[in-house]
Amino acid sequence: MAFTPAKETYSGKVYSVAIGTGEGTGTVGGENVLPFHSFEGAAPNRPVIAFEIQDVPPADWPESVKKPFEAVSDDPVKWARFCQDELKAKAIALRLVGTHPDRENRSAEDAAKTVKDVLAAVNVPLIILGSNHAEKDAPVLVAASEAAKDKNCVIGKAQEANYKTIAAAAMANNHKIIAMSELDINLSKQLNILITQMGFEKERLITDPMCSALGYGLEYTYSVMERIRLAALTQNDATMQPPMLGDIGMYVWKVKETQAPEADLPHWGSLEERGIAWEAVTATALLVAGAELLIMRHPKAVEEVQKTIEELI
Amino acid sequence: MALTGVEIFKLLPKTNCKKCGHPTCLAFAMKLAQRQATLDSCPDVSEEAKKVLGEASAPPVRPMTFGAGDKAVKMGEETVLFRHDKKFVNPCAFAVEIKDTLSEADIAAIAEEVVKSEIDRVGQKLRIDAIALTNASGDAGKLEAAAKTVAAKAAGVPVIINTQNTQAAEAAVKVFSDKRPLIYGATAANFEAMANIAKANKAILGVGASGLDELSTLTDKIKGLGVEDMVIDSGARKAKEIIENNTLIRRAAIKKNFKPLGFPIINFIQREDSLHEALLGVIAITKYASIVVLSSIEKWKNLALFTLRQNIYTDPQVPMQVEQKVYPIGEPKPESPLFITTNFSLTYFIVSGEIENSKVASRLAVMDCEGLSVLTAWAAGKFTASKIAQFITESGVEKDIATKELIIPGYVAILSGSIEDKLPGWKITVGPREANAIPAFLRSRG
Repeated sequence: MAFTPAKETYSGKVYSVAIGTGEGTGTVGGENVLPFHSFEGAAPNRPVIAFEIQDVPPADWPESVKKPFEAVSDDPVKWARFCQDELKAKAIALRLVGTHPDRENRSAEDAAKTVKDVLAAVNVPLIILGSNHAEKDAPVLVAASEAAKDKNCVIGKAQEANYKTIAAAAMANNHKIIAMSELDINLSKQLNILITQMGFEKERLITDPMCSALGYGLEYTYSVMERIRLAALTQNDATMQPPMLGDIGMYVWKVKETQAPEADLPHWGSLEERGIAWEAVTATALLVAGAELLIMRHPKAVEEVQKTIEELI
Repeated sequence: MALTGVEIFKLLPKTNCKKCGHPTCLAFAMKLAQRQATLDSCPDVSEEAKKVLGEASAPPVRPMTFGAGDKAVKMGEETVLFRHDKKFVNPCAFAVEIKDTLSEADIAAIAEEVVKSEIDRVGQKLRIDAIALTNASGDAGKLEAAAKTVAAKAAGVPVIINTQNTQAAEAAVKVFSDKRPLIYGATAANFEAMANIAKANKAILGVGASGLDELSTLTDKIKGLGVEDMVIDSGARKAKEIIENNTLIRRAAIKKNFKPLGFPIINFIQREDSLHEALLGVIAITKYASIVVLSSIEKWKNLALFTLRQNIYTDPQVPMQVEQKVYPIGEPKPESPLFITTNFSLTYFIVSGEIENSKVASRLAVMDCEGLSVLTAWAAGKFTASKIAQFITESGVEKDIATKELIIPGYVAILSGSIEDKLPGWKITVGPREANAIPAFLRSRG
């Protein structure tokens, strides 16, 4: 019996968002099909993976992901250069985790200086993240936005509690922003609407529906992402058309499977490979669900996901 | 395309006789449309209606059982393209390839590894489900000998006999008579002979083709020869082709009810690089494979793939639950803190993970709230002062601890007074609202 493939055409399209400046500029999104469905439409840009670095040494990262950076992670500038020059990073995500009141409680001025120094050292696009403390992130990300003026960075994360301050600063200094809500398509849509109502262009947004690690709620992130993407494409819902972010590393490298030694749990196998697989599997699943921008930690996991992306194109 | 309730209703007797157990024929029709009832409950249905409904109600992806006994694997029966629409039904099976060119000892070793691969996660037993025995030697005798080793060392594990040589297939399939093996399989060149072998030995027939058009033609011809249970391979090996072909197959089956592709999919993803193989596994698991053939089964890889399969095949409408009990975290001493939370698996994982991160040995009392998270369970009246008091009393945790102190989630701070009333002699402490504040909370207690 002859087979006629049921190809679909979609009415909507994901916004194409450029990040960074000059030669290092990258673009995410732009497709008018479901992830990797190039057989029925156009997907002009590959997903981009950003290496995560921090403003303070990664004392809380498990050993196996700390090790590849041990020579550079005492200094965010060295760390950024290492990712760009040695690991060929397409983007870098600087997490200002040291500003968290329960951590080093670094000031907004300190954070701004780190941002300036890192920007001076690399030319790949920079994602600048707060410490996920809604209150403290507001002044920190305002200072960071100003320090990075006109560098077309991605600033995040704007949440319901602090989006006004962060979006205003990103707008004034020509940046993109990440809008994060907690695992709910309606909350995600609502936040995008609130931000655009301030006059922030929707083509400058990146949606973070909140990541979860393999085995720890991945199915929720997976399905929220699929639903957002379907709304963007099949219903042409403009509020759901920004590219999506998967903030993989920080969720993966705190779960038991990336930390428990093989000696304690022999049936879980090698810790080193298990941790890398955990990050790479989480990342690949979210790419299939619709993420266009990933933030990851382990060089080997990034390399393998990159290889898989090439095979998917 | 499946029929709607109203379309089904038109074919029913419309007598509202209630013999089917439903109040009206329309109610019964609605249940049929949702596949929550079967037509044989209606004693008066006409032969014509049976025929029309039977065809329309046949699942778009044919159900079948691979293997026999307690390790048999159910496949097919899928009804949707996206898991948020409705649960993906039958989790894909993982099979490891064993080549008949290996020594008997090596074959036995892998077979034993398969038997020992089972682990428990959130109350589910997860394992490498099957063995794909490949006729790499091209020799029928070698395949048969390898089959005997597998049958002895991995008794009961479903087997894929991977050969296009009809003679070899026939020799090996006899080793698994009555065990419902899968012969992979049939191609345009050998399908008539393979169909006969599958039929004679009650085996499932794997059908391989290059592309979906050739595949549809082939399954149609094989069906004409009387073989109903098939598993299909479009020839896709690269990630891009796997997504494309698996998606087009599932779409054709579900949206067009296109029978020639309404079969479970088998994907061969063997790679030299085991981690890369795992990532191809991600694509096969998320994108509709029913059988995924791997080249190796390292424990770390199994754990990641098992977990992903479990995540993807979870019912999006029914929360995952963990067993109600007091879980030790680390090695708690009598003076270690005691937390309480609900049995939504995610809540449990996150709370226990954060307690572990804090490196303070503790006890975590997990209370059965039908899998709801803390706030939802509280709002639904399942996480109340009296139920918490009853659970803590009945758990007997009191005799293991030095101070009768219970740390409750910050979101239910409002309950602290009433729990104290119902648990005389206990001190109730309000913990953080979010689990990520637990390490700081424990540090501040010193």
